[in-house]
Amino acid sequence: MSEEKPVRVLVAKPGLDGHDVGAKVVCRALMEAGMEVIYTGLRKSPEEIAQAALDENPDVLGLSVLSGAHVPACRRVAQALKERGVEDLLWIVGGNIPRRDEEALKALGVDGVFPNGTPLDAVADFIRREVKR
Amino acid sequence: MSDAGKKIKPLFWESGLEIEPVYGPEDVEASGGWDGIGEPGAHPFTRGIHDLMYRKRPWTMRQYSGFGTASETHERFLYLIKHGQTGLNVAFDLPTQCGLDSDDPMAEGEVGRVGMAVDSLADVEEAFRDIDLNEITVSLTINGSAVAIMAMYFAMAKKRGFALPTLRGTAQNDILKEFIGRGTWIFPVEASIRLVGDTMEFCARNAPKYSPVSVCGYHIRESGATPAQEMAYGLSIARAYLDHALERGLEADGVARGITFNFDIFGNLWEQVAKFRAGRRLWATILKETYGVKDPKAMRLRMIAGGGGGGLTIQQPENNIMRGAYYGLASALSGTQTMALCSYDEAYTIPSEHAAKLSLRTMQLMMHEIGLCDTVDPLAGSWFVETTTNRMEALIREIMERLDKEGGIVRGVAEGRVQAEVNRQAFEREKRIQSGEMKKVGVNCFCEEEEEPEIEFHPYREAEAKKQVQRLEKIRKERDDASVKKTLEAVRKAASEGQNVMPAVIDAVGAYATVGEVCGALKEVFGTYEEPIRF
Repeated sequence: MSEEKPVRVLVAKPGLDGHDVGAKVVCRALMEAGMEVIYTGLRKSPEEIAQAALDENPDVLGLSVLSGAHVPACRRVAQALKERGVEDLLWIVGGNIPRRDEEALKALGVDGVFPNGTPLDAVADFIRREVKR
Repeated sequence: MSDAGKKIKPLFWESGLEIEPVYGPEDVEASGGWDGIGEPGAHPFTRGIHDLMYRKRPWTMRQYSGFGTASETHERFLYLIKHGQTGLNVAFDLPTQCGLDSDDPMAEGEVGRVGMAVDSLADVEEAFRDIDLNEITVSLTINGSAVAIMAMYFAMAKKRGFALPTLRGTAQNDILKEFIGRGTWIFPVEASIRLVGDTMEFCARNAPKYSPVSVCGYHIRESGATPAQEMAYGLSIARAYLDHALERGLEADGVARGITFNFDIFGNLWEQVAKFRAGRRLWATILKETYGVKDPKAMRLRMIAGGGGGGLTIQQPENNIMRGAYYGLASALSGTQTMALCSYDEAYTIPSEHAAKLSLRTMQLMMHEIGLCDTVDPLAGSWFVETTTNRMEALIREIMERLDKEGGIVRGVAEGRVQAEVNRQAFEREKRIQSGEMKKVGVNCFCEEEEEPEIEFHPYREAEAKKQVQRLEKIRKERDDASVKKTLEAVRKAASEGQNVMPAVIDAVGAYATVGEVCGALKEVFGTYEEPIRF
């Protein structure tokens, strides 16, 4: 097998919520799975996240939201991504996400939703299977 | 089948201590002996900080409250006081905690969501209107923007005629743990510690009965630390504040008296008990031997120990009622001063009134039916408990010494090394749970086919948020702009010239400068924290 470039993942925390244990645990799991991970840190605006997605050119964008504001946050990120012409990203969202909101997130362009308690391997497996490259 | 000769599998606590199947007096001797046990209410306080503990006064039960606007929170406070609560633990919304006004673009969707929204002194005046601040002790859960909120509290108290020298109360104001977990930091690490120092110095000189800092191991444990790390990092943080205060020429006894603690309880019962007995002894020893503190009362580790959300599960949620009771048991056997328990539905929702009441009832039946207040430190003298207390103390000390060798907790946090270590533990723990190595009932064993409970959030009340923004606009229109400008300039000057900012901030908030404006002025001088991203 030829040497393949590792999958590049941008993990971001939108808004003021400071609960980043889950985001960082997922970062570690993806690194252990051989992926290249960039973590933005806390308190990023949707515009900052979209800009990072443009600058870093990742294969995957992962958002972690625990505050309950996942739908409005993703709506604003989707808009900001569109404005910057960022396309072809695999977009995943994790955190405190009720199942009833999955459809609304998918309608905004989210490809995978991983609520709290998802096995760590499931995220890496999904990325490997679905990454658009 | 006989078990004779069968090798027993080694057992380790989360902190790494190996646990023997049987303990005897020789284990106590080998681990450091009996000398450290002492008497309750006397140095080194292994058995508790009061001589009669719960026989004289049972633990305090304190609920965290506050939401929406100041007037809604005020109503809630009056209700709690009417029902016999003697202390208030105030929750603030995220914009307030992050030093942003309610009309800041980053505040959108967050105004009043997880606590009370505060923009100006008017909000603090409204929240505490008609409440006797001498009768009711108020605890402010505020960190990054603590200088502004504490200044508002002091300004309000002074305006109402309460003298600062006799004013009691506490502020959380532990910024170092915000960098490790929880995340409501604003300014860079050094500047943040200096601001904590300003509040400590201000209180030592002007409000000596007020506790300006409550050091939190709780959030560090919730972020992934082991129980031993939780205590080691907590005590190291307390030392960092103490060191800083001493550099300013404050005397150690007074500063130590103003520091309280907030710790977490979940996991192994005995490990928690050993953690607290060891932690009390170590803190008293450090204060006496390293800092030369003279008054034994100043050496007491006063704490709230809360049954933490970290142990609760979304699966089979009623199991959390039992978990809560065991966490409460650990808390009582550990000699806490104040107890709080997470509610059984907190793993997936904002606690319902029913669940919150069950937590309260759990504490009440422990207090009145089970006999947990009967006698002081009932586990004392157990070969097992005294050995593990000794071993836990050695382990906590070892973690603290290693941290010191690596440059101390302040540098460790500034460089992101402490955060990386805590997160590594969180990752390892998650892996152990997912592999089934660490047992979690209902998660990786004794699982059932069940319908997952649906996650619920407080609905965001747009109308209340709008009201808060209108209130802010009104304040901005009505206040005297010239004095706001002048007092904010004085805040900038004090910050850049290294003077204590508290008097200037009290003047500024007294002129109705907002949380966002005060923090904005300080940001101009100090800049903002850049998270060191490190794995």
